[in-house]
Amino acid sequence: MNLDFSPEEIAFRDEVRAFIEQNYPAHLKGKAMREDLSRDEFLAWHKILGKKGWSAPAWPAQYGGTGWTATQRYIWLEENARAETIAPLPFSVSMVGPVIYTFGTEEQKQRFLPGILSGEVWWCQGYSEPGAGSDLASLKTKAVREGDYYIVNGQKTWTTLGQYADWGFFLVRTDSEAKPQEGISFLLIDMKSPGVSVRPIKLLDGGHEVNDVFLENVKVPVDQRIYEENKGWTCAKFLLAHERAGIAGVARSKRNVEKLKAIAKAEIGDDGGPLIESPDFRAKLAQLEIDLSALEMTELRTLAREQAGKGPGPESSLLKIRGTEIQQRLTELTLEAVGNYAQPFPRGLGDNEFSIGPDYAGPAAPIYFNWRKASIYGGSNEIQRNIIAKMVLGL
Amino acid sequence: MNFDYTEEQSMLRDSIAKWAAGQYDFEKRREALKSEDGWKKNWATFAELGLLAAPLPEDAGGLGGGPIDIAVVMEEFGKALVVEPYVSTVVIGAGALLAAGDDAQKAAHLEAIAGGERIIAFAQAEPKSRWALNDVSTTAKKDGAGYVLNGQKAVVLGATQADYLLVSARTAGGQRDEQGVSLFLVPKNAKGVSTRDYPTMDGARAAEVYLENVSVGAEALLGAADGALPLIERLVDEANAAYNHEAVGAMRMMTSSTQEYAKTRKQFGRAIAEFQVLQHRMVDMFMHTEESVSMALLATLKLGESDAERAKAVSASKVSIGRAGRFIGQAAVQIHGGMGVTDEMRIGHYFKRVTMLDSTFGNADYHLKRYTALSAKAA
Ligand SMILES: Cc1cc2nc3c(=O)[nH]c(=O)nc-3n(C[C@H](O)[C@H](O)[C@H](O)COP(=O)(O)OP(=O)(O)OC[C@H]3O[C@@H](n4cnc5c(N)ncnc54)[C@H](O)[C@@H]3O)c2cc1C
Repeated sequence: MNLDFSPEEIAFRDEVRAFIEQNYPAHLKGKAMREDLSRDEFLAWHKILGKKGWSAPAWPAQYGGTGWTATQRYIWLEENARAETIAPLPFSVSMVGPVIYTFGTEEQKQRFLPGILSGEVWWCQGYSEPGAGSDLASLKTKAVREGDYYIVNGQKTWTTLGQYADWGFFLVRTDSEAKPQEGISFLLIDMKSPGVSVRPIKLLDGGHEVNDVFLENVKVPVDQRIYEENKGWTCAKFLLAHERAGIAGVARSKRNVEKLKAIAKAEIGDDGGPLIESPDFRAKLAQLEIDLSALEMTELRTLAREQAGKGPGPESSLLKIRGTEIQQRLTELTLEAVGNYAQPFPRGLGDNEFSIGPDYAGPAAPIYFNWRKASIYGGSNEIQRNIIAKMVLGL
Repeated sequence: MNFDYTEEQSMLRDSIAKWAAGQYDFEKRREALKSEDGWKKNWATFAELGLLAAPLPEDAGGLGGGPIDIAVVMEEFGKALVVEPYVSTVVIGAGALLAAGDDAQKAAHLEAIAGGERIIAFAQAEPKSRWALNDVSTTAKKDGAGYVLNGQKAVVLGATQADYLLVSARTAGGQRDEQGVSLFLVPKNAKGVSTRDYPTMDGARAAEVYLENVSVGAEALLGAADGALPLIERLVDEANAAYNHEAVGAMRMMTSSTQEYAKTRKQFGRAIAEFQVLQHRMVDMFMHTEESVSMALLATLKLGESDAERAKAVSASKVSIGRAGRFIGQAAVQIHGGMGVTDEMRIGHYFKRVTMLDSTFGNADYHLKRYTALSAKAA
């Protein structure tokens, strides 16, 4: 057992770092934590990686993965976080892609995987409904079979960035008589199909990142169903474990700790010296770093298990809980660090935007408020604890 | 000991609650915040209801109330999410005039404040001062009988609506010296004053205020030159005491509406209020709210004590209430699930407001340090 990188791994790191430096679009530098990115901005890096064959490192090589080891993937995430790149959308690469190559037919793999890898096609996730959040299996959106089609009716909500989506993966009820989990199917729906409409939901930070999606008599060819009819819950659960592990975001948090330190160097503390020298703030930063180390080591252990052929299981709930708690703590400390300049509302400045106070201060409060979502989405942290209690501890 | 409101205070509370229910519900508030001068109608109502006159002495056109009347107003404001510059005008502006103004200055402003014709913003913080009240780089140089002011003031709440700015400026000493700070009441339309106005996270308005060779007469100086810091400390304590009650109003709303929501929202075939982990969180919200009520009262009731005792009580309350506000706000949003992070639901707006109140005039950490320093001094 050891934690060192081998010479090959160091060479790999240098290669990756150089690639990012040479290829990451200059106009997108430093934009990753800003919200309100356009569709093109979101996809630009993904498309570059698609060309290089690096957009889906975690996939098996036969489907377009890179064949990297867990350590290489770790290095990859670190380097991307370090350069603050805009990560490929989780909905396509980390969620629907693995479902399709695991459960889809050969024809479905041929049809959908290339667009996911290349970043040409934008996917959104249609799981949650107004009445089915934590209790996802109670979903009501109905798909009725008519010949070679399903006719889909219902409402999805909280659909992240659905305003940009070309395709969505949806959980729908195909059998209302069966037990809730047993009557669900997994459908891929073209968002341009007649009867699909997307309505924005504004969040408390003023941003538009989620939507309601209404489905009215939407005709969906049966060959867009993944896996068997009424077996969609299997795909759903498989995908959620992938989603949860991805939410932990260790590498990004490490980068954000560095950014927070830079802010704390620039800010004046309560005693007139740099904030970073203020003992209580330093202690808080130290605690955060310690928590992050614990999470990182835990994630590495999980990765190693995965490498040994065991996919993300219920332990991914641990990564989700601690990862999001740390992300939220980071936003709290950043908010504290910027003092009075937490108050201006940058999105309220109108068209000819100017920043108030130092550049790093503007996003502090919006991000703090926005990131409360992290303990809610991907299955709330209460639900994750329930999962650990039941599935891991057997309580 | 007596924790009851007088009959007048109860009436004051009821009249604000009635106005808020009828004229300032969530949608009307949203409209008012969006429009350029939606606040004007509200301000006129505050004058009519006597809210602006309530704490002022009778000989200044006021109703002769005190900090408890302000507490009553602020708690209702907290419940209704009123974000107009009441504290900077009535608590700080009028407070400064009453404490340090001469007869002419009082006559020029107090009745106008009570009548709703004068709004004052407190131009105190600076880009690099954080919350240190003694950290003043803005200068006021003697020029004949008057002064010339230069500097930048940061995040001046209410500056957009204000017609006067209460400016702290250095007349002597170095940037962080306790001596040498003075207070000036400067007309916002004075030559050389410019502002960059913007909305704040919680829907209020603020501005960066730039003072470039602003000439004011001797009548602009409030109190003696160089010695304003103790008064500023007191005014900010009074402002924090007032804001505490606003935070309490917001906490009460978050706590009760979260309970309501949890009782009606069903998942897994039952109300989420039945899940024990959420019950315990709501119990903690309730306990934090009760302690905040207590600490807000403690600070307000000690405003008349010695400087040291007043300062300690206010800092103690800011620590408790800052922490409680964070806990309650985060828990309220969490228990609302996705609905909690929407702009459409009130809950997020209360959360934003208590968060911004914590970072107004010193957050919980700042006040923990201040409390510690005050305790060390006393020992
Ligand atoms: C910003 C954002 C983006 C999202 N993006 C997507 C997306 O792209 N696609 C998608 O399908 N969904 C998305 N979601 C939806 C997300 O998955 C749900 O919000 C989440 O599952 C919680 O459901 P809910 O909001 O209905 O809350 P509820 O289920 O109503 O939960 C309310 C509260 O009750 C608690 N609770 C519920 N059940 C229990 C229990 N058994 N024990 C203890 N506590 C419990 C919850 O933890 C929570 O605190 C997104 C949500 C947000 C906020």
